[in-house]
Amino acid sequence: MTNEALQNNITKWFPDAEAAGLTFSEEESQFLNIDISPNNLIELMSKLKSNEDTSFDYLFCLSGVDWGEELGVVYHLESTLHRHQLVVKVRTPDRENPTLDTVYSIWKTAEFHEREVFDFFGITFTGHPNMKRLFLTDEWQGYPLRKDYEDEINMILK
Amino acid sequence: MGPQHPATHGVLRLVLTIDGEIIKKVDPDLGYIHRSIEKMCERDSYQQIVHLTDRMDYLSSNINNEAVCLAVENALQLEVPDRVKVIRTIIGELTRISSHCLWWGVMGMDVGALTTYFYGFRDRELINDIMEETCGARLTMNYNVPGGLMFDIHPNFVSRVKKFVAHFKTKIPEYDRLLTNNVIFQKRTKGVGVLSKEDAISFGASGPVGRASGYSCDVRKYHPYSALDRVTFNEALQTEGDTFARYKVRIQEFWESLSIIEQLIDNIPEGEHRVPTNAVIKLPKGEYYQKVETARGELGVYIISTGTKNPYRLKFRSPGFSNLSLLNHIAVGGKIGDLVATMATLDLVIPDIDR
Repeated sequence: MTNEALQNNITKWFPDAEAAGLTFSEEESQFLNIDISPNNLIELMSKLKSNEDTSFDYLFCLSGVDWGEELGVVYHLESTLHRHQLVVKVRTPDRENPTLDTVYSIWKTAEFHEREVFDFFGITFTGHPNMKRLFLTDEWQGYPLRKDYEDEINMILK
Repeated sequence: MGPQHPATHGVLRLVLTIDGEIIKKVDPDLGYIHRSIEKMCERDSYQQIVHLTDRMDYLSSNINNEAVCLAVENALQLEVPDRVKVIRTIIGELTRISSHCLWWGVMGMDVGALTTYFYGFRDRELINDIMEETCGARLTMNYNVPGGLMFDIHPNFVSRVKKFVAHFKTKIPEYDRLLTNNVIFQKRTKGVGVLSKEDAISFGASGPVGRASGYSCDVRKYHPYSALDRVTFNEALQTEGDTFARYKVRIQEFWESLSIIEQLIDNIPEGEHRVPTNAVIKLPKGEYYQKVETARGELGVYIISTGTKNPYRLKFRSPGFSNLSLLNHIAVGGKIGDLVATMATLDLVIPDIDR
């Protein structure tokens, strides 16, 4: 399916697109980008997988990003049936205690990826079976990949 | 199963919950070789980032370099000469054969056949010698740069590669006689660690692990890069999804890589080996994603750039990370010996997982 057809299909699932925080964008990227608000994330993701025309069953990249003011997650999806690709982005403005819903029940690969995002950005995923740090030790303070992380001993800046 | 263990292929610590000899739960403990490569990339220039990618999955270092170079070149819309594309593909396939030789040697060693280790390394030495003459190094080659190759190929390159291909074609049947058709090996690996196709897709398995379960996922076929769109080769697919199927997929990949090299080695086009770029590379504002097929699976490079000389965020989607997440799913219910055989076919390289 082309990006336009995808965009038309997905718009039909959310009759009130503005309340859901749903926007589409194709500039500055080679894929169709969808922004969604955290409350409607699970609804969008489960429909993207279960709907036969889209059938995005392969989540190939889950990355945490610190956008400066907000923290967020970027999901790269692909369909093994139709071979089209999509990007979904979700942001949360809360930097003290950011939480998002887990997509582990939809794609099992999210288990390790979300632990990594928790380790480096501090975003807690509600519903995750094993939410604890992955690479760093359990006693580590702070979230290293955030832009405001400071560490005089371990960080070498130019 | 601690970080120093001959079968874990690196510093991987597995916390096993067992009942006698049967495994109830596998919990990987990662981070022993975590070097914060993603944070370092946020302060390094793009040419320096290529050096860091060598050390991630050190057995397919050329292909890792190619991933970042392709991402930068596509973002800058820089067209590299045909010569560069063909040489990159040939060296990428040689790297794949070299990585699978080491995998095969270690696979035999893990199930108890120590002889295979020496056979695999003996053939790998021939590739290392070719790489040393052309690229300058044996393990972390760092031969690809954004814009082309660091040096032109050595005059001996073509003849040495042709000699190696002819020699290696007589070796793969020897490998088959030694290990593949061995009844003890088959009993250790058939029916062990079965992964269904739906689980493979849901867990994000890629590369030989996914293809052994019938999931057709070769990035070289679906998103071809460099000179891969002008060669013909078959994708190695099996359907059983057990350890023996993953083994057979990699043996078939030997033959397919040799076939790709043969199609390209006689007709390397003339031309420049490098296109000049600015000394300070700045990617235009935007997001870029590049996929390549390493020996382990699908490596992805995701760059978010704000127009400055360092990336704002750079994420490596490593194949071993997703492949490791399915270890708990397929090892439960088997014995510890089965876990060792399964891990050998998942072909994990821990620096690739920890980054």
